[in-house]
Amino acid sequence: MANHAHAETLALREQFDTAEQQKDASTLGMWVFLITEIMFFGGMFLLYTVYRDIYFPVFALASSSLNAVIGAINTAVLLCSSFTMVLAVRASQLGQRNALIIFLILTLILGFVFLGVKAYEWNEKFQEHHVPGPTFHLEGTGEQGEAQLFFSLYFAMTGLHALHMVIGCGIMTWLLVQAWKRKFTPEYMTPVDVGGLYWHFVDIIWIFLFPLLYLIDRHLGR
Amino acid sequence: MSEHVDSVRTYTAVWLVLLLATGLTTAVAYVDLGAFSVVVALLIAVIKMLLVALFFMHVRHSTKLTKLVVVGGLLWLGILITFTLADIWTRGLIGTPGR
Repeated sequence: MANHAHAETLALREQFDTAEQQKDASTLGMWVFLITEIMFFGGMFLLYTVYRDIYFPVFALASSSLNAVIGAINTAVLLCSSFTMVLAVRASQLGQRNALIIFLILTLILGFVFLGVKAYEWNEKFQEHHVPGPTFHLEGTGEQGEAQLFFSLYFAMTGLHALHMVIGCGIMTWLLVQAWKRKFTPEYMTPVDVGGLYWHFVDIIWIFLFPLLYLIDRHLGR
Repeated sequence: MSEHVDSVRTYTAVWLVLLLATGLTTAVAYVDLGAFSVVVALLIAVIKMLLVALFFMHVRHSTKLTKLVVVGGLLWLGILITFTLADIWTRGLIGTPGR
C-alpha cells in the first residue's frame, strides 16, 4: 500500500479508495481497449484465412515470394523490444529512474529499427512490382488479380501493424519525457505499465502476422 | 503496493525462449509437413503469445476480473473465426436447390 500521504495526493484520484484499486482499474481499462484491437485485427486475419482458402495456389505462391529471413529478423527485433520494455516497467516498479530511461530509449530504438526494416521491405515490393496497381506483376501465375488480393491484404495488415508501431513510438517518447521529469515513482508508474501493455500487444499481432503471411506455404517450394 | 516484481532472470529466460521459438518456426517452415505446417506454425505462435501475455504483460499477476476479460475477448475472437469458417468450409456440401 502507498503509505506516503504526499505521494498519494499526487497520484491517487479521489474516486479510488487505494492506489492498488486505481492501478487495477487502469489495467482493466487498457485490456478492454486491447480486446477491441484484437477484434479489429482478428477480422483481417479471418479475411486472410478465407481468401487463402478460396484462392489457395496463388496465395501460397505470393506468400512464398516474401522475404522470410527479413521477416524473422524483424520478429527478433520486436521480441527484443518487448524484453527491453518489460525491463523498463520493472525499473519503474523499483523506482530506478536511470534504468527506466535507458530501457525506454532502447525500446524506442528497436521500434525504429523494426520500422526501418519494414520500409526496406516495402521498397523491395515496389521494385519487384508486387504493389497492387497497374504495374503489378507476380511471376509464375496467370491469376494476377488473385495475387493482387494477397498483396492488398499484406499491405493492409503490415501497414496497420506499422501504424500501431508508430503510435507505440509516440507513447514511448511521451513516457521518456515524463520519466525525465521524474513523474514516476514505485507508487505511481501506471502510464509505464499501461504503455507496456500496448507495446507487447503490438508484438503479439506481429507474432501471428509473421508465420501466417511469410511461413505457412513455404514448404511447397516456389 | 502489492506489486509483483519478477526477476530479470525470469524475463531473460522468457525472452530467450521467444527468440528460440522464432528460429524454430522459421526453420520448420521449410520442412514439408503437408497440412500440418499451418498447425505447427500456429501452435508456436500461440505459445509465444501466451509467454508474452502471461509474463511480459503480467496476466499471471493480474486480478481475476482482468483475466476474465482477456479470456472473454479471445472467446469472442474464437466465435468470429469458427462460425465464419464453418460457413465457408461447408458451402457446397449440401446441394442447394435453385443454385
